[in-house]
Amino acid sequence: MTLTSLVAWIAAAITFGTVIMYGSVGEILTEKSGNLNLGVPGIMYLGAIGSLAGCFFYENGNPAPNPWISACIAVVCALTAALLGGLLYSFMTVTLRANQNVTGLTLTIFGGGVANFFGGSLVKLSGGVGQISVAAASSAIRTRIPFLSDHFGIVSDLLFSYGFFTYLAVVIALAANYFLTRTRYGLNLRAVGENPATADAAGISVTKYKYLATCTGAMIEGLGGMYFVMDYIKGTWDSGGALEALGWLAVALVIFTSWKPKNAVWGAYLFGFCYWIYLYIPSGISAVLAKFFGAANVTHMQNLYRMIPYLVTIIVLIIVSKKKRKENQNPASLGISYFREER
Amino acid sequence: MKDSKYEAPKSSVKEPLVHIVKRSDIEPWKAWGIRIAAVLLGMLVSALFINGITNLNPAAVFKSMFAGAFGTDKRIWQTLKDMSLLLCIGIGLAPAFKLRFWNVGAEGQVLIGGLVSAALMINLGGKIPNGVLLILMALCAVVCGAVWGLIPAYFKSKYRTNETLFTLMMNYIALQLVEFYVDVWDKKQSHSVGVINASSKAGWMPYIGGNQFILMIIIVALITVGMYFYLQNSKQGFEITVVGESENTARYAGISVSKVIRRTMLVSAGICGLAGFLEVSAVSHTISSLTAGGRGFTAIIVAWLGKFNPFAMTLITAILAFMSRGANQIASDFNFNKFASNILTGIILFFILGSEFFINYRLVFRHRPKEVK
Repeated sequence: MTLTSLVAWIAAAITFGTVIMYGSVGEILTEKSGNLNLGVPGIMYLGAIGSLAGCFFYENGNPAPNPWISACIAVVCALTAALLGGLLYSFMTVTLRANQNVTGLTLTIFGGGVANFFGGSLVKLSGGVGQISVAAASSAIRTRIPFLSDHFGIVSDLLFSYGFFTYLAVVIALAANYFLTRTRYGLNLRAVGENPATADAAGISVTKYKYLATCTGAMIEGLGGMYFVMDYIKGTWDSGGALEALGWLAVALVIFTSWKPKNAVWGAYLFGFCYWIYLYIPSGISAVLAKFFGAANVTHMQNLYRMIPYLVTIIVLIIVSKKKRKENQNPASLGISYFREER
Repeated sequence: MKDSKYEAPKSSVKEPLVHIVKRSDIEPWKAWGIRIAAVLLGMLVSALFINGITNLNPAAVFKSMFAGAFGTDKRIWQTLKDMSLLLCIGIGLAPAFKLRFWNVGAEGQVLIGGLVSAALMINLGGKIPNGVLLILMALCAVVCGAVWGLIPAYFKSKYRTNETLFTLMMNYIALQLVEFYVDVWDKKQSHSVGVINASSKAGWMPYIGGNQFILMIIIVALITVGMYFYLQNSKQGFEITVVGESENTARYAGISVSKVIRRTMLVSAGICGLAGFLEVSAVSHTISSLTAGGRGFTAIIVAWLGKFNPFAMTLITAILAFMSRGANQIASDFNFNKFASNILTGIILFFILGSEFFINYRLVFRHRPKEVK
């Protein structure tokens, strides 16, 4: 393997990892309040379509859209759409005490439906033809850090060849870690997730914390969806279900990190590395494996290599569960709706 | 505080406008009234949504949806086919969820069942009698689906490994396996296997009276009734109920929890594997990454909302099949993509989910004592 392809691999892993880092940091905050939100893919979809639709209405028919205004619209719309998804989930599970898993899955079906429907037909609905594209917003969001990104050779390629939302993901992950472990509000939130009855007795508003954590988490997940649309696939739409797979990987990453946002940083990049491995396995090895599995064409093996991130997740899951370390477990009340009069 | 003579100091105690009380019991007609109202409200919101994008008035929306689901004989059978495929998976999931085992891996189990069915069709088609081939396909689909579900169940029962994630990851592994074999079997490099045995029809489920789906619908109906008796009347069904309600009670009663987990997942995933066989042998006669088509997730909601009662689940799948067929009709009328039906499914499910609150809880508004003059 050459150095250039290794650098390209790492760069691809970081871009991929950023999407799921947003998703999993948001979900960690949510789960710390005791809400197991399986609607992460749906919320990321909502954030993605929110940003795309917002920019589309601004850029469509506008001869000279200002990229920075368009980028701001993307962020605001993504946050709003994801917030609505989070509010819907919180209302169903916290106020109406519906089953969290079922609500989450429904939100995933609904969010995916909304996003793929409008992603595929927004152009047609507004009377145009062709594939949707928001070039201005995407170019603004993919802006690299000037000077640093092109003056230091390989260091630039490795560290500074990304849009600024790549760095924001790390900042948010570390901030979330600080919030959960070093602040009073973080402590309260963890108390709500571990034992809401005790937190309630101590005067912490369980409902307020659950709502706030879930909605903040949803907004972070929405940023992941926006990053996917604007940076990862460069301002178009993909209705092949790629974002849903990424959303589920984000949920998997939460357990992988044992509910610590700081672990999401390297965990997400590791997932990205595993995800792209299929492009970088030497063809000699592929030829041997292809013969073994009876594949006529060496490229067919890529289908099997793409299992690797999921296999790695399963192996990590088994190892973590075998160790049974107390500090690596999920919040004790995860998945259970709280009703004060029921102890 | 019931005592009306007692008056709380006005400044210190603030009574909320409304508070929630758990109902101890509710009459069945009231519960069903709430559920029906929720479905109707959900349909109204769906119609308003369609109205928003197509300018059809809600009455025309329903007319069009009804035509799409039941307009012709062919459409009725298509709707029944959709319904029975979803129901088959839901029935498979019911015992697992009753056990509180979160089997989100139905997609993968269906795919694996479909994959081995297709493999047998391709490799043995024409070489052995069709009846033997069909039985072999069904058996292998059940066994392979069951094994696919047993792997996470084994680790759950041994190390308490999180089954939600494990089964979810198994979906993607199954998906990649299918993608791999599609490429291996595909001779034209088109990343599709096409209709298998199109001329010999080997491994195709026989048509009865010229109808493609009758046999499949009968099979699913039998499984549905069988599952009702399995859960209600068998010892194993009782053990599932006990473990699902409380593992500690089960242990105290001498039930081996890990054995029940493994056995139930064999049943659950086996039926999901059979659903994959039905999809390949009776419906599409091909295999692709879209064979499961998200039904594995929708079926979870069906099982949960039907409270694991196969007959209630039948009702819910009927509503969902109607909604999705109807939505597809509107989508094709207006040349939209198929995802419109996911939106409507989501809306209906949110309403049904929300309605459970009003069945389980009661709202009590602030009691205002009358002013005494």
